[in-house]
Amino acid sequence: MAFKIIVCAKQVPDTNEIKIDPVTKTLKREGVPAILNHDDANALEEALRIKDKYPDTHITVITMGPPQAKDMLMECIAMGADEGVLSSDRALGGSDTWATSNALAATVRKVAEKNGGYDLIFAGRQAIDGDTAQVGPQMAEKLGLPQITYVKEFEIADDMKTITVKRALEDGYQILKIKTPCMLTAIKELNTPRYMSIGGIYEATQKEIPTYSAADLGVDPDKEVGLLASPTNVYRSFTPAPKGKGVMIEAETEKEQADKLLVGLKSKFVI
Amino acid sequence: MDFQLTKEQEFVRKMVREFAVTEVEPIAADIDKEHRFPEENVKLMAHYGLLGVPFPKEWGGSGGDHIAYAITVEELSRVCATTGVICSAHTSLCAWPIFNYGTDEQKEKYLKPLASGEKLGAFGLTEPNAGTDASGQQTRAEDKGDHWLLNGTKVFITNGGYADTFVVMAMTDKSKGNRGISSFIVEKGFEGFSIGKTEDKMGICGSSTTELIFQNCKVPKENLLGNVGEGFKVALSTLDGGRIGIASQALGIAQGALDVTVDYMKARKQFGKRLADMEALRFEVADIQTRIEASRLLIYRAANMKDKHLPYGPMSAMAKYFASETAMYATTKCVQLHGGYGYTKDYPVERMMRDAKITEIYEGTTEAQKLVIAASVFGK
Repeated sequence: MAFKIIVCAKQVPDTNEIKIDPVTKTLKREGVPAILNHDDANALEEALRIKDKYPDTHITVITMGPPQAKDMLMECIAMGADEGVLSSDRALGGSDTWATSNALAATVRKVAEKNGGYDLIFAGRQAIDGDTAQVGPQMAEKLGLPQITYVKEFEIADDMKTITVKRALEDGYQILKIKTPCMLTAIKELNTPRYMSIGGIYEATQKEIPTYSAADLGVDPDKEVGLLASPTNVYRSFTPAPKGKGVMIEAETEKEQADKLLVGLKSKFVI
Repeated sequence: MDFQLTKEQEFVRKMVREFAVTEVEPIAADIDKEHRFPEENVKLMAHYGLLGVPFPKEWGGSGGDHIAYAITVEELSRVCATTGVICSAHTSLCAWPIFNYGTDEQKEKYLKPLASGEKLGAFGLTEPNAGTDASGQQTRAEDKGDHWLLNGTKVFITNGGYADTFVVMAMTDKSKGNRGISSFIVEKGFEGFSIGKTEDKMGICGSSTTELIFQNCKVPKENLLGNVGEGFKVALSTLDGGRIGIASQALGIAQGALDVTVDYMKARKQFGKRLADMEALRFEVADIQTRIEASRLLIYRAANMKDKHLPYGPMSAMAKYFASETAMYATTKCVQLHGGYGYTKDYPVERMMRDAKITEIYEGTTEAQKLVIAASVFGK
């Protein structure tokens, strides 16, 4: 039976073109191009590499978002994914990470029902607009799956039953082996995502992208998803003040450098 | 009337722009300096379907249309005109005539590998004594019963040194003039066919522009493209489409030059203010931008007419005439707006200005376009 992968992706504003509204201090989203979240592109690329090697692999990309998120799913299909699924409903709006992972876990169950299960869920580490890195791990918990985050190297055994990964840590890495089905989150060091292909673009726009509402997903807008069900709220967002320019301390010897540093710190009453 | 790009066309622009910025732009200055054909990127273009944009999938193409193709050439040329013309000459001048005039057997054998990018194509019409006057073909093809025998020389052939498949015009019956010309599909490696001199050019230096030399070159009977005596028609209709490609190349050059110039004008300060805040210079930018948009409309109109199988020859001639003059106008102005820096090879506008000139010359000079346009006005 074909190996089934579910890739979780998010459409995000392009941070290269981000402007902060000076009054509200929040991201200006109007007129900012929406893109496929970077880490998610790495997750998709790794799934596509499995498909390159084992062509009967089936890749479903899921997302939660407004109807425009279909464009991003189309992009994923144009890169080589088999299908895209959108969970979209006003009732899902305002979800925090807990509520989002409820909705996405429900989407996974829905896809699994349609496709007869899954073997691997691959998500990006985090989205560039929220930077929480919580949704993937929370989904794994809710789906009862073993998980490994921050995957920077990936290798799947020929029997497709175990995966060996290198997991990036702040000061090194772990090599871990995990059984499928499981959930992984990718970081940008994992690979370089491919482009869409022109032929893929023309196939993608022909494909129908199913849209699931909160009712389709069987999630409760009062208790599981949406703004009201979210246990966390954004209290305030602000732009951190830019750090001052650093000073390079130059001297003949390390001792002299240390002396200068000490004088500098004392003169500023730091020590 | 609908001036909106389709979803597919928008995606094509997004994809090709990302590809061009990531893969093509970083080597554009180097391949110009080294006069190096960018083989590595041509392979990638094949892989992503950029070498068969307007052809159906059943013939190895990407299943797109000619607006998507125009966008592809434009976006490649925005950062590297060499890469743009490799795509254009291959697609419009070699793959297209085989698509349009070829038999199913010829399409199977030659179009599929061209449209999928596995093979690269070129087109041989121009000769030392037959430029704009293409009817003066001196290359001859003799019917030898079981094969054709080609003798003659072609010049200025884009992709010449790297192409696998060539569509070549030759005189089969001199007494019939234009109607004595026929077209042939020639493979690299055919006995008696060799590549001659490689031109040392002012611009598009990374593209391979060569002579093709036929000395008793044996071409199989089944490689006649179209009917005997139809070669001139094949050539002219091919060039009608080729002009969409070259106009798109010119448009890309102009847009690329403007884009880098706008960035420069935002950063460069003189007399205590940015160049971007000086009205006289802003007016120059307005002129360039207006011509660019007008070129784009003419090109997409011509491409759309081609997709709809409407007569588009005069429209593509207007597109090429206007876009190539725009490329020359825009790049010359953009060098000026850069001042001394624009004249150095540290900034891309110098290369873009050299690259722009050829768009007024090849695949029909500006003067040849005016002949076509005027003929459409007067009816002959």
